[in-house]
Amino acid sequence: MHDKTLTQLAASLKSGEFSSRELTAHFLQKIEKADSKLNSFITVTGEQALKQAEAADNARAAGETGILTGIPLALKDIFCTRDVKTSCGSRMLDNFIAPYDATVVEKLNAAGTISLGKTNMDEFAMGSSNENSHYGPVKNPWDLTAVPGGSSGGSAAAVAAGLVPAAMGTDTGGSIRQPAAFCGITGLKPTYGRVSRYGMIAYASSLDQAGPMARSAEDCAHLMNVIAGHDVRDSTSVARGVPDYTDTLNAPLSGLKIGLPKEYFGDGLDPDVESAVREAVKVYESLGATVREVSLPHTHYAIPAYYVIAPAEASSNLSRFDGVRFGHRCKDPVDLIDLYKRSRAEGFGEEVKRRILIGTHTLSEGFFDAYYTKAQKVRRLIRQDFLDAFEDVDVLMGPASPTPAFDLGAKKDPVSMYLQDIYTIAVNLAGIPGISVPAGLAGGRPVGLQILGTHFAEAQLLNVAHQYQQATDWHLQLPAFAEEYA
Amino acid sequence: MALEESHVRRAAHLARLAVSDDQATGFVDDLSRILDMVDQLQAIDTEGVSPLAHPLDATQRLRADEVTETNQRDIFQRCAPAVENGLYLVPRVVE
Amino acid sequence: MQWETVIGLEVHVQLATRSKIFSGASTGFGAEANTQACAVDLGLPGTLPVLNEQAVAMAVQFGLAVHSEIAEVSVFDRKNYFYADLPKGYQTSQMYHPIVGPGEVEITLEDGTNKRIRIHHAHLEEDAGKSLHEDFMGMTGIDLNRAGTPLLEIVSEPDMRSAKEAAAYLKAIHSIVTYLGISDGNMAEGSMRCDVNVSVRPKGQEAFGTRAEIKNVNSFRFVERAIAFEVERQIELIEDGGSVVQETRLFDPERDETRSMRTKEEANDYRYFPCPDLLPVVLDEAYLDHLRGQLPELPADKRARFQNELGLSAYDASVLSASREMAEFFEEVHHVCGDAKQAANWVQGELAGALNRENLSITNSPISARQLGELVSRVVDDTINGKAAKQVFQALWNGQGDNADAIIESKGLKQVTDTGAIEAMIDQVIAESPAQVAQYRDAEPDKRGKMIGYFVGQVMKASRGTANPQQVNGVLKAKLDALL
Repeated sequence: MHDKTLTQLAASLKSGEFSSRELTAHFLQKIEKADSKLNSFITVTGEQALKQAEAADNARAAGETGILTGIPLALKDIFCTRDVKTSCGSRMLDNFIAPYDATVVEKLNAAGTISLGKTNMDEFAMGSSNENSHYGPVKNPWDLTAVPGGSSGGSAAAVAAGLVPAAMGTDTGGSIRQPAAFCGITGLKPTYGRVSRYGMIAYASSLDQAGPMARSAEDCAHLMNVIAGHDVRDSTSVARGVPDYTDTLNAPLSGLKIGLPKEYFGDGLDPDVESAVREAVKVYESLGATVREVSLPHTHYAIPAYYVIAPAEASSNLSRFDGVRFGHRCKDPVDLIDLYKRSRAEGFGEEVKRRILIGTHTLSEGFFDAYYTKAQKVRRLIRQDFLDAFEDVDVLMGPASPTPAFDLGAKKDPVSMYLQDIYTIAVNLAGIPGISVPAGLAGGRPVGLQILGTHFAEAQLLNVAHQYQQATDWHLQLPAFAEEYA
Repeated sequence: MALEESHVRRAAHLARLAVSDDQATGFVDDLSRILDMVDQLQAIDTEGVSPLAHPLDATQRLRADEVTETNQRDIFQRCAPAVENGLYLVPRVVE
Repeated sequence: MQWETVIGLEVHVQLATRSKIFSGASTGFGAEANTQACAVDLGLPGTLPVLNEQAVAMAVQFGLAVHSEIAEVSVFDRKNYFYADLPKGYQTSQMYHPIVGPGEVEITLEDGTNKRIRIHHAHLEEDAGKSLHEDFMGMTGIDLNRAGTPLLEIVSEPDMRSAKEAAAYLKAIHSIVTYLGISDGNMAEGSMRCDVNVSVRPKGQEAFGTRAEIKNVNSFRFVERAIAFEVERQIELIEDGGSVVQETRLFDPERDETRSMRTKEEANDYRYFPCPDLLPVVLDEAYLDHLRGQLPELPADKRARFQNELGLSAYDASVLSASREMAEFFEEVHHVCGDAKQAANWVQGELAGALNRENLSITNSPISARQLGELVSRVVDDTINGKAAKQVFQALWNGQGDNADAIIESKGLKQVTDTGAIEAMIDQVIAESPAQVAQYRDAEPDKRGKMIGYFVGQVMKASRGTANPQQVNGVLKAKLDALL
């Protein structure tokens, strides 16, 4: 069962090949056996999952089913879940049980999916390697000495290892696409505002977006059908019709205009990654697409702009973690300031503190215009680069990350870690959708092809990715780890 | 724009983060390198460009003025560090 | 040296919405602690704000009432600081693009002249919770029921030159917001709160002096007292060779002084930036026209109409238009009785006096406007005389009857205007008072007018107060003179 896609499992549930309870028990067993090696889950909710599975089987028996009824999933531990701990990878929330479900969780529950648990992540989604979790790093199932990427590293590793058929992630600067690339799975970051942020713990509110991580684009399309849509509780969610993302998966690609941003193929790009990506582009040409080079001239300013805007928003978003109404509180505070300072110093890890300090500094008097206002202006230029490019081409393609997964502990300097996100970060600043699909291996570690579209082009991205996955089978390859624990 | 230790201390105070002397030194190093990277922004001519706060040019939707919430105090306070008589407790605040 | 005082006010008005500015929790006052603080108000992780349309409409109505430009695009910013009763570590406010732009308010000074006070802007923001300092095991208790209540902060230009002007301005704002119905204006419950910026400068100097901001000035009286104290303090300080420090001071109504709030916080740096959870608020002309069409008559217009159309004196017009409740009461009395001057006299005379004696507000008057109007119409149509009217008023006040006519009927207070009946009573009084008649006859003609009072009194007594005094007077004079 572990090597099947969510779409295949849904078909098997429908045909009665096995029950949701059997399927759920199977994945719970795999988690039990294998996750001590990966550390991809923070919380496993076995009992609750089995109950949900029974309910799904009963619903199926009563004929009240949707396509995803009874499908087990995992949720990044950033989505609030009623009665189940939501830690956001932080000591600050080690004791936090949300009294509500995030909108994404509500929708998945309503669709009859089963939650197996909450996956590990970089603390407050700040990181590109999943080494910033209070609960320890996650290992990459393709190579246990490598990182799974971040911040949705737990979700990516769990799906890649076959511990769960799909998982929900969030992406603020590449946190779905980069771990999907590192772990050899398919991950979609939708257009900003396409999926509700309600109940998703905020890192950088103008950049955060939830999305599916699964074995195939088709799986992602099924999940998007559930989670996309307007939410009255999120002012930034968009009131715009949601297509059936599976409807257009098989549209032919002849005449598709692909742009290759020259800035995505420059210095620092691993040659094996580059050749894998170029091979993938050739597959598209064979499917009838045309390819041309385009330019996104402000690409190199995306990381500097992001490291002003994201930390600024984060410094404010994380102020609510003050030890008063929820979360960690230090012992015996002498006064209110002491309560704040020690609770926060004890509750937050190094990277979170670094970003809070950067954000606080760049917003403060005398620095605001030079940093924050400047970064927002550059943000407009970056968005314009994409809008201009989409005047000429339908989609953009390039690597999701300049290298395959790097070794655990390899990047000690924060700036060199930040530079990992060079190809993913501009996408969040522009608010456009992006998908990473497995496109080969480099040194035994997966390579991700990133495909970008204009605002609300998710259906097109899924179609383009699906056609590639019909022509190739990189997405079906499993790491040896998955077989070992099968 | 060079970053001084005083900047880090001031930011730590504003952000209510306890920072030891050792940590402060480390943060000055890290933050200086991050800000050096950020300073590349100054090279771009942004004359006449207006700041972009949201990626979509959307406008605020308004909610009808209706009371939709009920009292859930007991549930909300289950995850609170210290409560008494329905109040959240903090060390005595002197006005 | 002659000093001039310069005052600017920041008035926080709680808007009378049913739910909070960014959540669906109730704004009701006085609920048990934290029972009206929902997940959004508490700043629980993952929660997000959605703007209340009524808060926007109310802010716009205020802006229209003070002739402000309404911003086509306004933006919410975050004001970042930590405080125990500020759940998210920031207050959502409007720093750079407030919803209400520059406007003006007309105030009436004691000498009856008017002055324009300019409004710098007004912006929407969320209220904080409350810290309760009673001893909870040596701790402070936090109640977040108030957190998220919509506030309109109205910032004036430094246009006021005396404590009286400041109080008049505050009253004008109070009357505008209560007329509009966008706030209950209840200062005791904190629905309207005021910070005062005060500075002094030598008369004739153009540059402003250094100002102090006085917080917590929460009644019309306190505004005058706080300013009076602060002005004196600043002048004394400067005249003694010192200088005013720009600082925040707290008004202590018990000791009638302001004192420095040094303890609160060293230099703040609020790090305002646009709230990424909220989008720009865009209002179009059609929306503004719609709200403009719904504006009620405002105090200044009402005052002018009372004076020009109803013929009231400037004083009466100003008193009767000061509050919406008073104006509505008066207009109902007028509507029922049809005589503006009589209505004004009764509302400001008998009714105001009675309310004052029992310390009641017009909204709690035991006599309704309709009841008073009916009573006044019986005076106007001569059914009862003034004396009887006072009796009826008292009976209504004491709840001894539902309406004036019933009381007049049951107490037999109807004025007797039947000439025959009056003549009969007069004849009897004259017949029973031979000595007085003789005196009258013998008196000098110019003294007789005074002496007639005795006979009038006797006739009124005989009629138990119901005879029409003018009529009695006329008939008596004719009859007595016929005896000469």
